[in-house]
Amino acid sequence: MAKTIVQEFTKGLWDEIPPFRLVLGLCPTLAVTKSVENGIGMGLATTFVIVGSNILVSMLRNIIPSKVRIACFIVVIATFVTVVELLMQAYTYPLFLTLGIFIPLIVVNCIVLGRAEAFAFKNPVLPSLADGLGIGIGFTLALGALGAVRELFGNGTLLGAQIMPASFQPFGFMVQAPGAFVCLGLMLCVMNVLGKK
Amino acid sequence: MRDLIKMVLVLAILSLVSGGLLAAIRNGTKDQIENQQLTFVKGPAIKTIFTAAANDPIADRFKIQDGDVERTFFVAKIDGKAQSVAFETYGKGFGGDIGLMVGVNVSDDKMVGAQVTTHSETPGLGSKAKDDPKFSGQFKGMELKGDFKVKNDGGQVDAISGATVSSRGVAGALTDASTVYARLKTQIAQKLQEF
Repeated sequence: MAKTIVQEFTKGLWDEIPPFRLVLGLCPTLAVTKSVENGIGMGLATTFVIVGSNILVSMLRNIIPSKVRIACFIVVIATFVTVVELLMQAYTYPLFLTLGIFIPLIVVNCIVLGRAEAFAFKNPVLPSLADGLGIGIGFTLALGALGAVRELFGNGTLLGAQIMPASFQPFGFMVQAPGAFVCLGLMLCVMNVLGKK
Repeated sequence: MRDLIKMVLVLAILSLVSGGLLAAIRNGTKDQIENQQLTFVKGPAIKTIFTAAANDPIADRFKIQDGDVERTFFVAKIDGKAQSVAFETYGKGFGGDIGLMVGVNVSDDKMVGAQVTTHSETPGLGSKAKDDPKFSGQFKGMELKGDFKVKNDGGQVDAISGATVSSRGVAGALTDASTVYARLKTQIAQKLQEF
């Protein structure tokens, strides 16, 4: 049992890492990863929502009638998203300003609903918790990595600190929307090459 | 039939609990959120307006009920006297509402300054309403009275070139500020006695 819980956790970090392997939840992935900070902030907010909704859905899985399960999931997820939104406003206001509209949009992130439907509704609480945590952290890492690449080449900085030498000409394309697509494509390509064994 | 009742019941209870929880959290974080907005959005604007203030205008604030809305006024002590207040009004810009913090000296009704707080104008054009000190600097010393219009419309506000709509938004916010000010001036002056 203990081993499977570890497996549920680690699969989210590599085998099923959401944006790269499942290619789900691309909207925030592409939109907010202009910098490492934004990417990680968005990732952590999503992690909180996935873990919370996974635990609750799994706890209620024997009570929720399967005909209205999607409606119940959405209520649970929307509640957690609003909690995150309020907490972010209260404690990390600058991050809230930059992420803005994408916080409420976590509600419609496919990963969150996907985990509730595909995993938490069929499994006990502990594996669901591990699954949510793994997927969430994987999502955070992916967004952080994408943000790091884009921030480094688009702005010459990492986490706001100047990394590239002064002579480096910022490659502005990377921090714009098309740059997000190209960058994500290249990273998917790297992931596939690495995973091909 | 039993299924139906169960479905309704589960959804209703779930929604009820969620609603209650959210209301509680909203109540718990309300003051903190207001503080954050003061620090990160309104605070910098107030500081640009009241550079000469000896006190902290964000801490020294009071509220006046104005019809349905509660307006917050920030008090600045300049040269030892508390006779200037700043408050926020809104105007319609190109991309949505433009928030404008207006500082006014109550003793002579002249503006100490005006600074855009929140906006969603085009970066590089309309956003100059916030970033270009030449634009926001022109309001200093103007009397806060009557309607404000951009020069093209026969008014007194120098518009930003290429961003007439944004400039009109700021002018609209100023017009709003002058009506609010005219309506509440006696109450403001009364409250200022306390500082």
